[in-house]
Amino acid sequence: MDFNDNREEAALRARVRAWIAENAAEYEGLPPAKTPEEYVARQRGWQKKKYGGGYAGITWPKKFGGQGRAPMEAIIFSQEESRSAAPTGLYDIGLGMCIPTVFTHGSPDVIQRFVRRALEGDEIWCQLFSEPSAGSDLAGIRAKAVRDGTDWIVNGQKVWTTNAHLCDYGIIITRTDAGAPKHKGLTMFIVDMHAEGVECRPLKQMSGASDFNEVFFDDVRIPDAWRLGAEGEGWQVALTTLMNERLAVGGKPRNSPDWSMLMRVAAITETARGPAVHQADVRERIAQAYINDRGVALTQQRALSALSQGKTPGPEQSIAKLVVARQMQEISRFALDLSESAGFLTGEDGSDLARLQDSYFWAAGLRIAGGTDEILRNIIAERVLGLPGDLRPPKDTPFNEVQPL
Amino acid sequence: MNFDFSEEARELQAQARRFFDAEAGPDAARRILNDEERAFDTEMWSGIVDLGLTALRVPEVHGGLGLGAEEICLISEEAGRSLAPVPLMSTLLFTEALLVAGTPQQHERWLPGIADGSVIGCFGWGEGRSQLPTAMPDTRMAKGGLVGMKVPVADAPIAHVAALTVAGDDGPRLYLVDLAQDAAAVERVDVLDLVRLHGRIALDGARAEPMGGTSAFSDFLDKAAVLTSFEAIGTQDAAMTMAVTYARERVAFGQRIGRYQAVKHKAADMYVKQQLAVAHAMHGAWAFAADAPELRQAAAAARTASLDALTFTAEENVQIHGGIGFTWESDCQFYYRRARALSAGLGSRGFWSERLVRALEQRNAETA
Repeated sequence: MDFNDNREEAALRARVRAWIAENAAEYEGLPPAKTPEEYVARQRGWQKKKYGGGYAGITWPKKFGGQGRAPMEAIIFSQEESRSAAPTGLYDIGLGMCIPTVFTHGSPDVIQRFVRRALEGDEIWCQLFSEPSAGSDLAGIRAKAVRDGTDWIVNGQKVWTTNAHLCDYGIIITRTDAGAPKHKGLTMFIVDMHAEGVECRPLKQMSGASDFNEVFFDDVRIPDAWRLGAEGEGWQVALTTLMNERLAVGGKPRNSPDWSMLMRVAAITETARGPAVHQADVRERIAQAYINDRGVALTQQRALSALSQGKTPGPEQSIAKLVVARQMQEISRFALDLSESAGFLTGEDGSDLARLQDSYFWAAGLRIAGGTDEILRNIIAERVLGLPGDLRPPKDTPFNEVQPL
Repeated sequence: MNFDFSEEARELQAQARRFFDAEAGPDAARRILNDEERAFDTEMWSGIVDLGLTALRVPEVHGGLGLGAEEICLISEEAGRSLAPVPLMSTLLFTEALLVAGTPQQHERWLPGIADGSVIGCFGWGEGRSQLPTAMPDTRMAKGGLVGMKVPVADAPIAHVAALTVAGDDGPRLYLVDLAQDAAAVERVDVLDLVRLHGRIALDGARAEPMGGTSAFSDFLDKAAVLTSFEAIGTQDAAMTMAVTYARERVAFGQRIGRYQAVKHKAADMYVKQQLAVAHAMHGAWAFAADAPELRQAAAAARTASLDALTFTAEENVQIHGGIGFTWESDCQFYYRRARALSAGLGSRGFWSERLVRALEQRNAETA
């Protein structure tokens, strides 16, 4: 056992680190972008640098403009990237989930038209899946697409769409046959986010912040040539996209509180019973937080090891988001309680208190996003442990005849 | 990066697993339980010795295989999974105490017998009151020899030799006690685990040799924590498998109960706790093998997480079984009881979580 890179990995890491140090230097110490335009410009600039340097689409096939390299190389790059000041995030969903779906299921013309431009950073993509009545039960999609000559006309509403207002294109899953069984009547398309009839509205979260959109479609025309996969096979296409989602959402947000922050807060918090860090219940929480945080990190090391050895990672990483999201909520709440009523006063920007308060709200969403705690437990129980699935209406019932059990 | 066990270690584990699957498990545990005469399964013990499992860590010069930490970690997991009524874990822990703190003479005297199976070892620290493994023991070296009492000591009634904690200058230290002497009287005691034999060792001027100081004992304690973490994970996995198997078969209200989220989510939580424990235990195995300074925190985390996983699983296994799980005939009791044995055997969860936080504070202080 060892935790070190092998020789090739170490060489790659050194090369990547040097390249990032040189190319990301201009972003160091920058204040947050003041306008959406500035934000997009920074992100786009970095994506173009990566493309020029041969670090975009590392695992993608070469014929799609990628580098055709092993997953481990992409992981090493993103580890080093996340340690730098490089502005990342805006392209994650498009390049991580949407475009792989496009090049797996799109026609040659569609691939030709969209893939390289996305990779170069010229066009930004979003994923239009969730709806008000289709969250965990994603196949319950109601947004409707109706054939009209060589076009389709889309009506309906999507929700929880990250960055929709900044995006140029999206992949959208629609119901094209309500008389077919639930999973059989869906079709996936590419949609132009600037097309007539598309309206993005920011969705205000319970914290007051707006990190997502609602997107409304009112008679939006999509050419049939932009269909991804066959009519009625949208569910299979969506599975390609979703395969990567839980990994993408699973990571703990940067700067979210962990065991060491709890320890730090406990060390400087004087309570009526003395310093918080001397109290048994506080120490117990610190231990539990370490078990969770470090346990997830070590579990991810197991997965990376498998990739590094050219093997397929085991199912153990399926625990990550379940543990991380809940832990984030508990640790934030516990730390706020340590401050008693002082922890109830809104913290100043940048303070530990503000971080804890933000985390407490963000965690409530993280427990839902990309698979709720309950869906993740179902997945572990059914796919890893082999327990039977929940009882559902018969699979061949037409969607428009499904009655609640 | 290669954060995984070697192919060789996995192969050895698979070999042990095949043996235990065939010879041990709840049925073998029940046979011992029902047999007043027999203290442990001597035939199974011969098979284990033949497989070389007691010889794994013994250096080749003493007739062993001289293998590293990875192999005994995985063997501990299998011993835990199978509930094998044999003194394997006790002997492995005694061997580790010898390797950490024993003198060349002590190695010479005891290791060959461990390798060939003629010597059964044990480790004792408790004295029958609420006490922590690192607290100063009452047992002390007086002029005429060791004086005190150790209870409960796993496998003491069948052991030939023991590593026992004794008051040192600044904490407990280990002494090696040959149990073939009148001044070290061993008698069987009743404990909650009905499969693993336990005893009381009354020391009345017993001959004993020191094995290292307090810091060597602390190192041993960390290594013992790693091994017993793997043992707990093995036991937990067996209990989880039992629960999942039952949930797949048992029907209530016209459905297999594993369909109900109240049941399947319990099973998922067993898995989550298990995987956290596995990750920390593997970290512990690495730190053990590499003699890394992280051993203290890794061992404490492994022990804490593995007791969490085992306790939760042993309790919820009964719950998933419902009434039948509460009966004497059900195998649930073996895991429920063994969870108590593993918790009591080396300091309970609270001791180890506190040791973990101290190790983290220590590390912070060093890096500050």
